[in-house]
Amino acid sequence: MELASRLRPALRSAALMASLAALPLQADTLRIAIMGEPASLDPHKISGTWENDVAGDLFEGLVTEAADGERIPGVAESWEISEDGTAYTFQIRQDARWSDGEPVTAEDFVFAFRRILDPATAADYAYLLYPVKNAEAVYGGEAEPETLGIEALDAHTLQITLERSTPYFLDQLSHYTAYPVPQHVVEEHGDRWSRPDNLVSNGPFKVQRWQSQTRIEAVRNEHFHDADSVALDQVIYFPIEERNTALNRFRAGEIDVAREFPTQQYGWLQDNLPEATHTAPFLGIYYYVLNSREGHPTADPRVREALSLAVRREVITEQILGTGEEPAYSFVPPGVSHYEPATLDFADMSQDERMARARELMTEAGYSPDNPLQLNLRYNTSEDHRKVAIAIAAMWEPLGVEVDLFNSEVAVHYADLRQGKFDVGRAGWIGDYNDAQNFLSLLESGVANNYGAYSNEEFDALMREAAETQELDRRGEIMTEAERLALEDNATLPIYYYVSRNLVNPALQGWENNIEDIHRSRWVSFED
Amino acid sequence: MLLYVFKRLFQAIPTLLIVITLSFFLMHLAPGGPFDGERQLPAEIEANLRAAYHLDQPVWKQYLIYLGNLLQGDFGPSFRYKDFTVTELIAQGFPVSLELGLWAIALAIALGLPLGIVAALRRNTSVDYLVMGTALAGVAIPNFVIAPILALVFGVLLAWLPVGGWNDGHWRNMVLPVVALSIQQIAYTARMTRASMIEVLGSHYIRTARAKGLTEREVIWRHALRPSLLPVISYLGPAIAGIITGSVVIEQIFGIPGIGRYFVQAALNRDYTLVMGTVVFYGILIVLLNLIVDLLYSALDPQIRYDD
Repeated sequence: MELASRLRPALRSAALMASLAALPLQADTLRIAIMGEPASLDPHKISGTWENDVAGDLFEGLVTEAADGERIPGVAESWEISEDGTAYTFQIRQDARWSDGEPVTAEDFVFAFRRILDPATAADYAYLLYPVKNAEAVYGGEAEPETLGIEALDAHTLQITLERSTPYFLDQLSHYTAYPVPQHVVEEHGDRWSRPDNLVSNGPFKVQRWQSQTRIEAVRNEHFHDADSVALDQVIYFPIEERNTALNRFRAGEIDVAREFPTQQYGWLQDNLPEATHTAPFLGIYYYVLNSREGHPTADPRVREALSLAVRREVITEQILGTGEEPAYSFVPPGVSHYEPATLDFADMSQDERMARARELMTEAGYSPDNPLQLNLRYNTSEDHRKVAIAIAAMWEPLGVEVDLFNSEVAVHYADLRQGKFDVGRAGWIGDYNDAQNFLSLLESGVANNYGAYSNEEFDALMREAAETQELDRRGEIMTEAERLALEDNATLPIYYYVSRNLVNPALQGWENNIEDIHRSRWVSFED
Repeated sequence: MLLYVFKRLFQAIPTLLIVITLSFFLMHLAPGGPFDGERQLPAEIEANLRAAYHLDQPVWKQYLIYLGNLLQGDFGPSFRYKDFTVTELIAQGFPVSLELGLWAIALAIALGLPLGIVAALRRNTSVDYLVMGTALAGVAIPNFVIAPILALVFGVLLAWLPVGGWNDGHWRNMVLPVVALSIQQIAYTARMTRASMIEVLGSHYIRTARAKGLTEREVIWRHALRPSLLPVISYLGPAIAGIITGSVVIEQIFGIPGIGRYFVQAALNRDYTLVMGTVVFYGILIVLLNLIVDLLYSALDPQIRYDD
C-alpha cells in the first residue's frame, strides 16, 4: 500500500512529462524551490517574496488568499466596515488556534501590530501598516503604543481604526506584516521565538525543521481551523538562488514547484515541458526612471517624450525577452482591481509616426546630430537588464542620443538612484497589494521611491482626492485621471509588464496562475 | 616545537588585525549600504535600522565597537539572516564546507599523486602524454563549467545522483560537488607530483642509490617518494584553505549550505557583520593551515627543524 502510494505520483506525471521523473519522497509532500534563504520565520522580520511563500503557509492573517489570489476570510470569519470607511470590526473564528492548541485571540493581533510598529523590532516593512490610526506616530515615538488604532473588544472581536478611509486596507491585511504573532510564545522566548524549536504558528502548516541554506520542512498543522481540507502532509522549501540549479532539480524530479525559471530557458521549456511551464501576467512594471531634477536633460518633458516614443517595446518583449511579457503603455499594470489604466497617447501610432514625432521634439529641445544628447543610463547587474539597456540605447541612436551605460550591483545601483546620480535608471516595481495606489504613489512628490523626483501638483491633488473617495469605481476613475497626467508628462518610461514564471509538476492540482503570483500550499494536492 | 607554534600564533595577531582593519574600512568605503535595495525605506524606518546596527555612529566608532565585541568572541548579529548570529551561521556553514573540501582534497591526493608518479615513471610515453593532457584540460576548464555539466549528465539525464541539495551530507549528494571541486586539484597535484618526481629521480643521491644496486621499486619507494612529496605538501596547505573558502561557486550551483555561499551573499547584501565574520574566520583558518603545513613539512624532511 505504502509502495503504491509512493509510486502513484510518478505514474501520473509520466504520462504528461516523459522527461520528468516526478517521484516525490511520499505522495503528500510538496517540494518547492524558493528563490533564496528566508531572513527569518518571524513575519515582522522579512521583506522578500520568497519569504512570503513560507510565511504564508505557516501563518494566516485576518484575510487570506484563495488559490486564484482572491482575498477570502482568514482568521476573521466576517467583518463590518463603518460608513466612513475608517473602522473595521472583525469577528475572529472561535476555532482559530495556534499550532500549540492555544486559541488565536484578538489580543494576539493587538500585540502583533504594536510589536511590528515598535522601532525596537526594526521591521523593514512596518510602514505598510501606516494606514492604521497613529501607526506612523507610534513608530516615530510621538505616540504611545496604546494609542494605535487597534483594539480587542473581546477575545474574538477586533476593531481596527484607520487614519482615513483606505479602500485597499482589506487586501493589505493578507500581507505578512499584518499576520498575528503568538503573544504567549514571543513573551516566553523573546527574539528566539521564531526559531524552529520554538515557533508556533496559526496557518495550515507548522515548521518542523530548518536546515539553514538547505531546506525548511513544514508539516500540516492539525489545529488549523480548516485542517480537514488541507491535502498535503508536508511541504519542503528549498532555498535555491541559482535558477538553473532549480530547473535541473525540477527536471530530475527532485522538486515539484520551481519559482522563477531562467528566462533564457523559456524556449526549451515550451518545447520540452509545456505542461509544466507556467507564465502569467504579474502585478509588476519594468520601467526606466527619467530624472526630472534640474540640470539633467531629462528634466525637459520634450526629451522625455522623445525618448519614450523611440522605444520599440514590442521588440523588447518579443525579440529580446520572449517570455510572454507584454509591452507597457501605462504605468499601472493591467488586471488591478477596480482600475482601468490610462495609456500613453502614442500607443496607437505606428513606429514611423512615433520616430517622426520624436525627432521633432528633440529638435525643439535643441538637440541634433551636431549637438547630440549625452545621457547616462544606469542598470543593475542582470543579463536581461543589460540586453534591454543595449537595445534601448540602439533605439535612441537615430535621434542622435549618445548613451553611456553604467552597470552596478543592486545596492550600488539603488544608492545612485536615490541620490539622483543618473539621467535614466532602470527600475521595477512589484505590487505589494492589488491596488493602483501602490504604483501611482511612486510618482507622488517627495515619496521615497520616486527616484526621478517627478512632481506635479495636479497629480498629487488627484491622489489625495482618490485617497478620500470610498466608492471604489469612482476612486479608480480619479486615479486613472492622475495616471493620465503622469503619462502625458512622461514622468517615467514604462517598458513592459512583468510575467510570473513557474515550473509546476503537472501532477499537482489546485495550483492556479494569478496576477500576484501567490500560491498557498493549502490549496494544492497531488492527483488521485 | 610547542614554543614555535605559540610564537607563530602570536605573530599572526598583528596580521589578523591588519586584515580586520583593512576589511572593515574598505567595506564601509564601498558604495551602497545594507539598506539600499529595490525599495527605499521611509526615512524613519531606515534611521531606526541604522541605529539598531550602530550605523548611525562615525565609522571609527563602529570599528572600535566591532573590535570590542570581537575581543569578547562576539561577531554580532547578521543584518540579513535575522534569526541568526554570525557565529551561528559560521558554525553551521563551516563543517559543511570543511567536509566537502576534505573529501575533495582526499580525492585529489588519491588520484593526483599516483597519476603524477605514473606519468613521471613513464616519462615521454603515451601514458605520460595522456595523463598530462587530461591534467591540462582539468586545470584549464573552470569548475563553474564542469559543475553544471556534471549535474546535467549524472543528475538530470542519467538520474544516477541528486542534482543538488545537501541532505545532511548523504554520500549521494556529495559525489558530484566533490568531483567538481577536486578536478582542478587532481590535475594540479598530478602535474606537480610528476615534475617533482622527475627532478628527484635525476638527483645525485638517486643515482647513488641505483649504483648501490637497489631495485627500482626500492629506489622509488624508499628514496624518491618522500622528497617528491614536499612541494606537493606545500601546495596542499593553501589548496585546502582555497578549497574550503573558495568553494563558493560549487556551493551555489549544487545548493550546498557551506560558508562560501554566506560570504558571497553577505557581500552582495552589504551584510557587514557577516562579511567581517567570514573574513576574520578565513584569516584565522589560513594562518592555522599554513602552520600545519609547515609542521608537516618538518615531519617529512628531517633537515627542516623548528627550534624552540
